[in-house]
Amino acid sequence: MRGRDDDGAGLGGLLTREVKVVAAGASVLADALAEQAVPVEPVEWRPPAEDLAGDLAVVMGDRRRADANAEAVRRMLDARPHLVDVRPASEVLGIERGAFLHAGPPLTWDRASGPMRGALIGAALFEGLADTPEDAERMLRTAPIDPCHHHRAVGPMAGVVSPSMWMFVVEDAESGGTAYCSLNEGLGKVLRYGAYGPEVIERLRWMAGDLGPALRDAVRAHGPVDLRAIMAQALHMGDELHNRNRAATSLFVRELAGDLAEAGGAEALRFAAGNDHFFLNLAMAAGKVSTDAARGVPGSSMVVAMARNGTDFGVQVSGTGDRWFTGPAGVPDGLYLGSYGPADANPDIGDSTITETTGVGGFAMAAAPAIVRFIGGEVPDALAATQRMYEITLAEHPAFQVPILDFRGTPVGIDVTKVVRTGLLPVVNTGIAGRVAGTGQVGAGLVSPPAEVFPQAVRALAEEATITP
Amino acid sequence: MSEPTRPSRRLDTLGTKELVEVRPGAYHDSVTLMRAGRRLTERPGVSAALTAMATTLNVDLLAEMGFTPPRGARPDDLLVAIRADDEAALEAARAAVDELLATRAAPRAFGAPPPARTTGSAARRIDATVALISVPGPYVFAEAMDALEAGLNPMIFSDNVPVEHELALKETAARRGLLVMGPDCGTAVIGGVGLGFANVVRPGRIGLVAASGTGAQQVMSLLDEAGAGISHVLGVGGRDLSAEISGRSALQALRALDADPATDLIVVVSKPPAPEVGDLIRAAARRLATPVRFGLLGEGGADLTAVAEDALKAVGAPVPSWPSWTPAARAHAPRRGRIRGLFAGGTLCAEASIVAGATPHEMTDLGDDRYTRGRAHPMIDPTLRLERLAAETASDANAVVLIDVVLGHGADPDPAAALVPLVRDARVPVVVSLCGTSGDPQGRDRQARALTDAGAAVFASNAAATRHAVTLAEGS
Repeated sequence: MRGRDDDGAGLGGLLTREVKVVAAGASVLADALAEQAVPVEPVEWRPPAEDLAGDLAVVMGDRRRADANAEAVRRMLDARPHLVDVRPASEVLGIERGAFLHAGPPLTWDRASGPMRGALIGAALFEGLADTPEDAERMLRTAPIDPCHHHRAVGPMAGVVSPSMWMFVVEDAESGGTAYCSLNEGLGKVLRYGAYGPEVIERLRWMAGDLGPALRDAVRAHGPVDLRAIMAQALHMGDELHNRNRAATSLFVRELAGDLAEAGGAEALRFAAGNDHFFLNLAMAAGKVSTDAARGVPGSSMVVAMARNGTDFGVQVSGTGDRWFTGPAGVPDGLYLGSYGPADANPDIGDSTITETTGVGGFAMAAAPAIVRFIGGEVPDALAATQRMYEITLAEHPAFQVPILDFRGTPVGIDVTKVVRTGLLPVVNTGIAGRVAGTGQVGAGLVSPPAEVFPQAVRALAEEATITP
Repeated sequence: MSEPTRPSRRLDTLGTKELVEVRPGAYHDSVTLMRAGRRLTERPGVSAALTAMATTLNVDLLAEMGFTPPRGARPDDLLVAIRADDEAALEAARAAVDELLATRAAPRAFGAPPPARTTGSAARRIDATVALISVPGPYVFAEAMDALEAGLNPMIFSDNVPVEHELALKETAARRGLLVMGPDCGTAVIGGVGLGFANVVRPGRIGLVAASGTGAQQVMSLLDEAGAGISHVLGVGGRDLSAEISGRSALQALRALDADPATDLIVVVSKPPAPEVGDLIRAAARRLATPVRFGLLGEGGADLTAVAEDALKAVGAPVPSWPSWTPAARAHAPRRGRIRGLFAGGTLCAEASIVAGATPHEMTDLGDDRYTRGRAHPMIDPTLRLERLAAETASDANAVVLIDVVLGHGADPDPAAALVPLVRDARVPVVVSLCGTSGDPQGRDRQARALTDAGAAVFASNAAATRHAVTLAEGS
């Protein structure tokens, strides 16, 4: 809402200011105004695909909504995520040996996709809980598995976390909240894409034994690393912070290089510097701590999590607590590595959609023209993708800007009512995992959440709205 | 990365002459679609056509038209149904659909934002004071709430808005110091700008608060004719003065016009309100510094012309003799019988019924929901009324046929053109109530001359037109 110079007549200056009109609906009425040389801003209105008029009106009429959304988006945008420590999952997440975390909404082994099963198998082998993949599979049928999101954590792709893995510890200097994300393994045959061969397990052991402690020592020596500042700069340098993290990784490595060297972490430095996606996990933890700050505002229709487990795509909304609204995860549309094709692709997977939830990733596509063709588009498409997202969001990010859009803040704070009203789905940039356990990454591209999750959320908000119009 | 485009599917082809097509996600507004459907029907060899969004209502309508409704169509899918005499006509009509529905996509600069998709988004792009909303009634609420939250006054043209939505919107508007015009508000004039269906009126000192669209158009047209002019016309919607809504918008509008230095007299134009609401509004009016006259149709025998005359007297302006145009010669010998009224304006229809009184008459409002199902309002799409007019002017059951022609922004650009042949061929006298001003884009006097030349008697006052019809129906 905009402040207005009101006069005695009130009505927002209806009778005193120049008549300018927003017109939604029949074009003949907008045309009649244009013929009178009246400035008109037309709305390209379309009916929602589902008959939600009643529930939508209840939610739109909820007197708490406007303030609740303002509060939720304020908390998310006020967050000042800092990397403060690097510690083993067993110490910070309270998960016991034999338990595992995974990406996305809740899942059972029976419904788990190939890469999810592969990553769980790899984690079981890494933890020494099984000697062979077959043993691991038997053990995993009954092992406790739980979403990362339920433990203030996020994980890319399969997002599997076991107690011996090391985690970035990110604190919000504003709210005091904490969030966690695993360390990025690099590209190729990696656990998060469902690979569990010997080289994968060996790398995980090195990360837990060397990389984690070296990073811990360096971060402790350096003091808190301001992730928001790095992300803001990286957007000016061609990253969108989901599929392109090259600039952010460089900035982060530069920031920590001296302390890593002093901590004896030359190999760690080489590893981080050689992995263009090293920063992704930090951007994710920063996103998680920001969205967690915005959870639980009664009446708010703002999305606080979008996450996929390789089978389901789930969203959570500030005003509906920890409830997940889920639908089948789609197969991303994009480009494939080597001889891989769409038939090799697993449905969408990973918590990395926390980046889009916080106004980067696909929402900042216009900031990353360098990777537009990688995901099968042209530069104007990238600008259009970001511009379209303003139609479904509550705010423009005060720190994350898109230079080519005249430094406009990125669209942030997805409002489920706007998604349902416009039929525009959040645009997500993502990697594509192979559908067979052990394959690894097969491509990268774009994906949308299943359309039905947003009407579910609107219906739940309508039920929850205690004050109806 | 662009919007997904899905190919259209031909769901059903019966024989060689009929097709029903579903075009997923191709949205157009109802007026555009109705006009396209009408154009298709006018094509040689085409016997029936429907272009409409696949709402339950329109799918039913399709079945009523004898087409096989497609299965699984959603409200955001476009239905195209055509029945033609032969394959060539069918194919040509199908090809014409694209052209008729082609949207004029403005050339976009690199990186220019795509069109706004919600009222809230559009409101961020322009420093507007009004949101003119004409989306289907059940969907109005979200757009109007967007407008109120952005500090805009919604003018809701749509009907079929649930009354609980109207109440909630008006309560929100009151908290925010804004005015909801409507729902079912066809007319407003703000600072000389006509919104919806509105006549071009000269600026003046009289402000209207109108719960009746064509009622307000009649009064503003007559005031313009008298040279008095109009400051503003604030529509409040036909239900505003009901017991449920309790005049919430009328009270806001009265206060706003009272505070407006350009307004010296306020006239409330409405059908009689619910009694307790009438008392409330009168009490509120007494507290204002600006005098308020009540033009309540039918109350104490008042007609809209009398309301305009009363307003003129209140500001000390002379009452002119209202324009009328009579044909050079009477084409029909008078005979006693029934007045058959075919109206586009609901209030004009109601007024004609009141003025006709005991004289036998049947007045039909073709803008009523019963007739606009699956069609545009007769002020936009005259097809139905022209059909009725042809039938009624050929019928011996009628002594006289009375019609209204409403001019102004938003209305048919040349209504007389289609009426003239029917008036010329009429077997009974035709009387026209011509609601408009000399400034209207259609040219009131030019419309009047065309109709008079064809043999109609034309009156600027709807009451005078009805009285003339009464005279004819009584055989004089």
